Amino acid sequence: MSAFNAIGQNREVDQNEFTPEIEPQATWCPGCGDFGVLKALKGAAAELGLDPEEILLVTGIGCSGKLSSYFESYGFHSIHGRSLPLARGAKLANPKLTVIAAGGDGDGYGIGGNHFMHTARENHDMTYIVFNNEIFGLTKGQTSPTSPKGHKSKTQLEGSAKDPLRPLSMSLSAGASYVARTAAVNPNQAKEIIVEAIQHDGFSHVDFLTQCPTWNKDAKQYVPYVDIQQSEEYDFDITDRREAGEAMYETESALYEGKVLTGRYYKDENRKDYQTEKLDRGSMPEQPIAEQYFDEDHEWKRSHDLLDAHK
Amino acid sequence: MSGNELIWRIAGGSGDGIDSTSQNFTKALLRAGLHVFTHRHYPSRIRGGHTYVEVRARDQPVKSRGDGYNVLLSLGDSFARNPQEEAYYGDEETKPLTENLDELREGGIIIYDSGLLDEDDLSADFEERAEANDWHVYPVDLRAIAKEHGREVMRNTAGVGITAGILGLDLSYFEDLMRESMPDEIFEPNLAVLEDAHEQVAEMDHDHDIELPENEHENEQVLLSGSNAIAYGALDEGCRFIAGYPMTPWTEVFTLMNKHLPKFGGVAEQVEDEIAAAALAIGASHAGAKAMSGSSGGGFALMSEPLGLAEMTETPLVLIEAARAGLSTGMPTKPEQGDLEHVLYTSQGDSNRVVFAPANVEEAYTQTRKAFEIAYGYHIPAIVLYDQKLSGELRNVDAEFFDEEPNPDLGATLTEDEIAEAAHHASGKFQRFKHNVEDGVSPRSIPGQKGGRFLASGNEHTPEGHISEDPKNRVAQMNRRLQKMEAIRDDLDANSSHQTYYGDEDATYGIMTYGSQQGTVEEAVDRLRANGHDVKMLGVSDLMPYPETDVRSFLESVDECLVVEMNTTEQFRGLTQKELGEFGPKLSSLLKYNGNPFEPAEVVEGFEATIDDTEFERETARFQPAAGD
Repeated sequence: MSAFNAIGQNREVDQNEFTPEIEPQATWCPGCGDFGVLKALKGAAAELGLDPEEILLVTGIGCSGKLSSYFESYGFHSIHGRSLPLARGAKLANPKLTVIAAGGDGDGYGIGGNHFMHTARENHDMTYIVFNNEIFGLTKGQTSPTSPKGHKSKTQLEGSAKDPLRPLSMSLSAGASYVARTAAVNPNQAKEIIVEAIQHDGFSHVDFLTQCPTWNKDAKQYVPYVDIQQSEEYDFDITDRREAGEAMYETESALYEGKVLTGRYYKDENRKDYQTEKLDRGSMPEQPIAEQYFDEDHEWKRSHDLLDAHK
Repeated sequence: MSGNELIWRIAGGSGDGIDSTSQNFTKALLRAGLHVFTHRHYPSRIRGGHTYVEVRARDQPVKSRGDGYNVLLSLGDSFARNPQEEAYYGDEETKPLTENLDELREGGIIIYDSGLLDEDDLSADFEERAEANDWHVYPVDLRAIAKEHGREVMRNTAGVGITAGILGLDLSYFEDLMRESMPDEIFEPNLAVLEDAHEQVAEMDHDHDIELPENEHENEQVLLSGSNAIAYGALDEGCRFIAGYPMTPWTEVFTLMNKHLPKFGGVAEQVEDEIAAAALAIGASHAGAKAMSGSSGGGFALMSEPLGLAEMTETPLVLIEAARAGLSTGMPTKPEQGDLEHVLYTSQGDSNRVVFAPANVEEAYTQTRKAFEIAYGYHIPAIVLYDQKLSGELRNVDAEFFDEEPNPDLGATLTEDEIAEAAHHASGKFQRFKHNVEDGVSPRSIPGQKGGRFLASGNEHTPEGHISEDPKNRVAQMNRRLQKMEAIRDDLDANSSHQTYYGDEDATYGIMTYGSQQGTVEEAVDRLRANGHDVKMLGVSDLMPYPETDVRSFLESVDECLVVEMNTTEQFRGLTQKELGEFGPKLSSLLKYNGNPFEPAEVVEGFEATIDDTEFERETARFQPAAGD
């Protein structure tokens, strides 16, 4: 018998199972796009038949970080920008877990930018959802890495002199094997994309446009949006890195001109995820580390076996 | 104490094979039945510069480097001999010889490479000094011997052959060691170099007085460094995950774990920075692995943030801190004990962690195991603080010492059956952070286990993990987390023997130290007692929770106590006074922070300054009298 019986049941799951029975009062503002992420995630997890206890949801700090409070699963509400390294450690210790990391644009693209780049490069098998509302919300409205150039805030009184970061292009160039953008205003697409992202073997980056009605009143509310797969202007092969990159570059620029394009941008099904790469190289055990401690038959090697080299 | 002992120093430039040659030499002496100890001194550069390794061999266990040395093998800096055009290398060509003369004892032996240094290259007063100190100088063209049978790089082997010949050490030890470590095509010419060099000794005069000590080991011995011992302690305690970023001298533990973990069914990860490293370890630990990370001072600074997270979320975490001389990046390859306060207090809030400071190779092993046991038993970060000195020093240990059973116990962790019986909130959520538990430890569940879901949060949280600013809950959770430190203190008091008492129990005077300087102080105590001084030592290896009872009773039993530590701001003395709230007038300090660890003679003089009010005259260390003195 496994020590982790919640894992791998693939049973019929109702999305309400992901709602805490005694729901903590959501501290998101009325009209916040973050509700859209929560809803999409619940729908996707249910559709995939995941047990709430086989999911580890790791979040950062900020409004987005509270997702792990409102989503019923194993959760880790960590620290600003560090959700990805934490998630990586957990996935390596037990690759059978479904690991999802989430955070905001400040959290993931700012303070956690280094981790974002390297997690994408290593292609860990996990899903990373970034709540992108182009603003720091919980600290009350400062300019974020995705705020448009010229954005005025209490920390950019004369308007930001910085170009906004291009998260899709960034994760593609760093090595993510699944890259998509969706928006809270498009719940059906959001759910489908998260389903795909979780199913994908490798690092799935979902840039999730979430409106901030409180602090980013000037920002477009991501309406009207265009599904890039439905667009006649963009006809590209999502398995082709170069074509995807071009489409990303154009749509990331267009976003700041009020042209909102969402959808699937890149999917590489041939690239092995990091755990598999390590397994192939013999630098990862067949039996998850976490299981070894519960397995009475596991053979524990000891340092005494290494002493010959010291005589 | 300089009686029958050999301290052989091999000097050259980094990249000249000083390390590997000295390791083989140490092993040869060990196989010859002697107790051995190495002390490494090297600059922060890859090639060239001035490097030496001292190997001390005696007929009884060696705990420390000695004062000076008695045989020098000066190889010359190969890098300085092949300078690139217009590059400036200063006097590095002569350094391996001249830089080492000050510490060479009277009657000592010098072997230098005359293929590199002509007599003209030597300073004018060399001959004078040699005569005045009764040094026995053996110029040998090591390079020529090496070239004749192989390549110039084999001059190390030639140097070893000469040394062995002069000291009367059987060549077969070296032959065996070379055969074990070299492929045939390299072994054969090396053997020829070794034998040729050895034969040349017959033509030299042998009027020196240095004798090889004699001893036979009763039990099988192994030669290990502090880094080996930490890595092996972790492996035996069931650690199967490590994440890190290279930084001297922590890199030694990190690379050892990288080497062994895959074969042990574990995972080793080199990641983008130290914040990530500690965060990966927390993630792995949360998901049910025994995990560790570590760094040296500068990298540990980055871990301040995840360290607090591990404590708040009660995720077991073991961190290794290999201190080197600070501030900032300081002196990367030099030892210092300046990170104590950094390790004790870093991270925001009323933060608590457990800190161990092993004194030697054996303690490096046992305290690393203890760190895992405490971290996983109490869900708290445990740190092993050592330094660049212990990291690289090789010592012989009974092989039996490592004949220990592994401990794969995850500590306070429930099985699914136990979770089913455990406390749950009305909503069905597992109470991971339950308030009312004995000793403050609320057992955990592991993600993927049925019935155990909870939220781990760095924010203050309720028993099931929901973020909460409720005052009552806050106080209850803070109290419970603090309660663990008291439980750990009791646990360590009852089970740990990591405070070392040395000398006469009834002595009037004390010396106190911690960590890697303990062996040196023990040797100083031996010498002081031999000189009729009434002195004993307390070596402290459990730093947090502070062993109040042990230290208090020691300090109450002495009139005065000298605190020996490698830093400028008396951090260990400060900690002692903070924890005990008294003894200020009894404590004087001996401080050293020039990049080298203490020599026993410095401690002897420091102690004499304490009790005799004599002037302490050393450029290398500083004496700080007790408050009010």
